[in-house]
Amino acid sequence: MKILVTAKRVVDYNVNIRVLADQSGVDLNNVKMSVNPFDEIAIEEAVRLKEAGKAEEVIVVSVGVSQCQEQLRTALALGADRGILVETDEALQPLGIAKALKAVIDKEAPGLIITGKQAIDGDNSQTGQMLAALAGLAQATFASEIDLGEDSATVTREIDGGLETITVKLPAIVTTDLRLNEPRYASLPNIMKAKKKPIDIMTPADLGIDVTPRVKTLKVEPPAERAAGIKVESVEVLVDKLRNEAKVIS
Amino acid sequence: MSVLVIAEHDQNNIKVQTQVAVAAAKAIGGDIHILVAGQNCQGAADAAAKVDGVQKVLLADHEIYGHALAEELANLIVSVAAGYSHILTVATTSGKNYMPRVAALLDVSQISEIVSVESEDTFKRPIYAGNAIATVQSSDAVKVLTVRGTAYDPVSAEGGSATIEAVDALPGMGVSSWVREDVVALERPELTAASIIISGGRGMQNGENFAMLESVADKLGAAIGASRAAVDAGFVPNDMQVGQTGKIVAPDLYIAVGISGAIQHLAGMKDSKVIVAVNKDEDAPIFQVADYGLVADLFKAIPELDSML
Repeated sequence: MKILVTAKRVVDYNVNIRVLADQSGVDLNNVKMSVNPFDEIAIEEAVRLKEAGKAEEVIVVSVGVSQCQEQLRTALALGADRGILVETDEALQPLGIAKALKAVIDKEAPGLIITGKQAIDGDNSQTGQMLAALAGLAQATFASEIDLGEDSATVTREIDGGLETITVKLPAIVTTDLRLNEPRYASLPNIMKAKKKPIDIMTPADLGIDVTPRVKTLKVEPPAERAAGIKVESVEVLVDKLRNEAKVIS
Repeated sequence: MSVLVIAEHDQNNIKVQTQVAVAAAKAIGGDIHILVAGQNCQGAADAAAKVDGVQKVLLADHEIYGHALAEELANLIVSVAAGYSHILTVATTSGKNYMPRVAALLDVSQISEIVSVESEDTFKRPIYAGNAIATVQSSDAVKVLTVRGTAYDPVSAEGGSATIEAVDALPGMGVSSWVREDVVALERPELTAASIIISGGRGMQNGENFAMLESVADKLGAAIGASRAAVDAGFVPNDMQVGQTGKIVAPDLYIAVGISGAIQHLAGMKDSKVIVAVNKDEDAPIFQVADYGLVADLFKAIPELDSML
């Protein structure tokens, strides 16, 4: 079967982001951009499934600006076979991205779709679930283990308080949680090879979809600062402060 | 305006998160209805009817809702959605699972993990792991929202006398099925409901050393958490993780032990009322958010703390 995975272009997780003074957003100038870490886990899982002989092809999709090709190349260097970019300069929101992905899966008919559980920029955690709804497919979110069969997959999910196991009929959408796997690093030969792998570029109009945002960002502010506290010199002083000053223990 | 709140419950009773969602619904204004979907969940519906400020409870009691499968739950919510201006629940792993599906089926956006209601169509929510707060306005006809569990104080579980109305179950999609659940029986309060939390980080060195925290937690009636570093190192399971990729908590007292204070951890606990940090590195970023910082070797300080409680 084909497996389709996603690669969102986001600010690298090591970057300390800065809110713009005019409150219009976050400064993205000269900031390192990377593949969303949860998508990297999705790519790794798909590549491992292919290596285990359970899939024939791994297709990676990104939706966004032209430079998303960098993230597609990264995914190709990690082992994906070919890339698809749905190119647009529109400020994308999960519903629009899900519509673009739905149009791509209609064309490609993958047996399994794996996406990150959330992207580390918007922290929405919506795209995979929305895609599943639009495509009328089953979903298994926050996966920590995937056992892929011919017609179904058994997925262990991270839930509040523990784990839940469900079985989903294929095709299905799985979203990745942290413990699903540890992504590999791309080797230099694989980075070179990735340059020759194909990337198809299409637009939302080609796919007949509307990705216009529905939610307007009025302003973006830094979070409220916490007032700096004090250092205490001993456990005894700490316990005294907690009992008599903060009054949070008895 | 009328707001439909989707209940979090264990069939017999509602969870406190439902009262948090009702508090957010009150901030929006208008009538408040609660949907209780489950199997043999009359008890939860009765409890929901008593929640302060609720006018009506919709009860869908059927075996296909017994395990809150996202596909079935989303279809049910969409089937009762007509007439509501807002549909909202708490951003638990369950709410995060089905709610975007509801939004997509209604062809509207979802606004995730709001921390405040500014007006009926404008909300604040954290982005970039809490390093920025966005104020967003929705132009959709129906606002589909999840609210962060720490954003509002829960409303009282008593005082309401809502009517309960049965809702018919829909035919199942039959694309997913529940197999099993491995939920650890908690002897301590749940992280998201605890008023005191003690968390360990990479400085704990291994999983066995968390026993030191357990002893302190037992004396304080506290829940035990961990940083992502401690989870990644395999010391403790992921459901103990506090942080942007784990649980978001805001207890009265948060004690961070051997936690350096990475941005992603701070995003999950910095709204705690009082923060204590114990770390031997005096330059650790955790001290910048701590009300009381103790620069000390945790292997000496924690047993000493234990003996003084």
